[in-house]
Amino acid sequence: MKYVDEYRDRKMANKVAAEIHRAVTRPWAIMEVCGGQTHSIVKYGIDYLLPKEVELVHGPGCPVCVTPLEMIDRAHAIARQPDVIFCSFGDMLRVPGSHGDLFQVKAAGADVRIVYTPLDCLRIAAANTSKKVVFFAIGFETTAPANAMAVWQARAQRIRNFSVLVSQVLVPPAIAGILEAPENRVQAFLGPGHVCAVMGYREYEPIAPRYRTPIVITGFEPIDLLEGTLMAVRQLEQGRTEVENQYGRAVTPDGNVDAQRMIRRVFEVCDRAWRGIGVIPKSGYRLNDEFRDFDAERMFELGSIHAPEPAICISGQVLRGLKKPHDCPAFGRECTPQNPLGATMVSAEGACAAYYNYGRHLVKVPSAAGIS
Amino acid sequence: MSTSFTLSCPLPVTRHKTIVLGHGSGGRLTAQLVRELFLPAFDNPALRKLDDQAVLNVAPGRIALTTDSYVVTPLFFPGGDIGRLAVNGTVNDLAMSGARPLYLTAAFIIEEGLTLEDLQRVTQSMSLSAAEAGVTIVTGDTKVVSRGCADKLFITTAGVGLVPDGISISASNGRAGDVVIVSGPVGDHGITIWSTREGIDFAGGLKSDTAPLHALMEAMIGAGDVHVLRDPTRGGLGTSLCEIAASSSVGIELDANAVPVREEVKAACEILGMDPLYVANEGRLVAMVAESSAERVLRAMRRVPQGRDACRIGRVVAEHAGMVLVKTEVGGSRILDVPFAEQLPRIC
Repeated sequence: MKYVDEYRDRKMANKVAAEIHRAVTRPWAIMEVCGGQTHSIVKYGIDYLLPKEVELVHGPGCPVCVTPLEMIDRAHAIARQPDVIFCSFGDMLRVPGSHGDLFQVKAAGADVRIVYTPLDCLRIAAANTSKKVVFFAIGFETTAPANAMAVWQARAQRIRNFSVLVSQVLVPPAIAGILEAPENRVQAFLGPGHVCAVMGYREYEPIAPRYRTPIVITGFEPIDLLEGTLMAVRQLEQGRTEVENQYGRAVTPDGNVDAQRMIRRVFEVCDRAWRGIGVIPKSGYRLNDEFRDFDAERMFELGSIHAPEPAICISGQVLRGLKKPHDCPAFGRECTPQNPLGATMVSAEGACAAYYNYGRHLVKVPSAAGIS
Repeated sequence: MSTSFTLSCPLPVTRHKTIVLGHGSGGRLTAQLVRELFLPAFDNPALRKLDDQAVLNVAPGRIALTTDSYVVTPLFFPGGDIGRLAVNGTVNDLAMSGARPLYLTAAFIIEEGLTLEDLQRVTQSMSLSAAEAGVTIVTGDTKVVSRGCADKLFITTAGVGLVPDGISISASNGRAGDVVIVSGPVGDHGITIWSTREGIDFAGGLKSDTAPLHALMEAMIGAGDVHVLRDPTRGGLGTSLCEIAASSSVGIELDANAVPVREEVKAACEILGMDPLYVANEGRLVAMVAESSAERVLRAMRRVPQGRDACRIGRVVAEHAGMVLVKTEVGGSRILDVPFAEQLPRIC
């Protein structure tokens, strides 16, 4: 398949890996920002090809993982209400809130549907005018344009029975937050390729020199990740701190200007809580005043929802690259994909789930549960 | 009373266009449905007696017995329908033990409102599939439930087959040194169903692989030393391999580049964030075969239509017992695990 096979070629992978081996002279910690990148790294065993000096640490870029528990509980509370059709991307359905996941809410009688684009919700809303259709609008800058478009279209088509539960987050403030932490050990970033396809990479240009940290905008295929790692290692070895673009086939410096315009029309920047990390200032979107009528949190009276995280979970430190999944005493024991205790085990893209699913044979895991 | 009296209407039973609750009442409507629809489709001496059971002559030896229920939306899809699945699925479960499939039972749970035309299409398809697989449908049952209590039509089939002397095939028989073989590209059925259901067309010709595998099985055991056979249905090839590794207490090394996957299936999986290794198949088998006869078995498979694209995809090893390791496309290594539940489309 074009644009896929050539980026999974074994010979090419070995060639780039060999170049990384030649380029590296000392240990470096490089963070891949996106959950999709983490997933590829572990699924294709890319860390297996790297020299021992290069450590890939897994970043906070899994939208399912960083959605706060309170927000998931809010989603469940809305989904449970009569006359609601609750729509979500598939992988949110299995994310546990304080009391079960959306599959369990559905089994108890709620109308919960998987959609492939938020625009599907408008069709559902038009066909079910006596119901309230709610879309769980989560994700990074990648999902924001389509989510904004759904709200925009709903207003244009005068669809009144549609609203969105917004939990949109932004990458640059999270990167800055990681770099400002006193205990930070990340020395370079593989930047978020798909986020930058939408937003471009101008926002990252001040970050690299300010924190003296190279950022290589990187794709998601194995060869992309190896090339991105090679470019980051070369910058580190040469003492450069620039923004470079490995993912040129999808990312331009200014990104998708039309998509950005749609985001600005519908959303405004706000502070957001990140699961496992806490509140990061100006790190998310909410609907702006003009589109407040489509805000599910306003449409439904939910009261205050408070959901404490399990104390044993170290997902906050994993999301900031301070710890690896197997550093956690609960990893593979109390905490598994079947029974996730925290952010990074809940989605296939989360670092803990990716390690559990694909990489247990490379690290010492206390229990062999789930293998049989 | 001198003349017989009956409460039922003297008029002839009207012809219905759709199934109504009365078709499951056990009364005349049921009898009519059996007589006019099921009997002509499945006709054979055992069924024709319309007893509550079929009495069958079976040669001495070991029998294989299996049952499976079939639920699928939509009922009709490119490459097959629920009837074809219900016959082939049970035939294949028998065949994977080395058994020659002989007889099936079929039970229908029908939602009122199903059109008789659709039911007839399904029974005709079952009839053709049974003939293709060389099995006879010897007894059955029909129930009708109210609208909303079932999704159009559920079918349960059970099957009996005869296991020839000297044949011992089981998921627990994998041995270190065995070659792992798959009979053709994986994921066709699951992606066909998914794309038909969602109305998303991933390029033309993709259709379900549903097919009976008894002839392929017979060709294989005639050609060499076959230890394990499995048809990787729900859960896909990956789940079957994990189950075999666990049952046989062996390790399996799978070469990701060797697993055949059609371009359309690859594309759909890329878009949805799914792994073709976990997508359902209905006409494929995976086998563990002694290395010494692997080439002979492969040649025999390729002479049967269902095995035309058979190939090696890995080997059985003594190390990491119970675990399947994948040599990835780029030469890395990872675990292949049983997924928690069905795969879900990923957000990004």
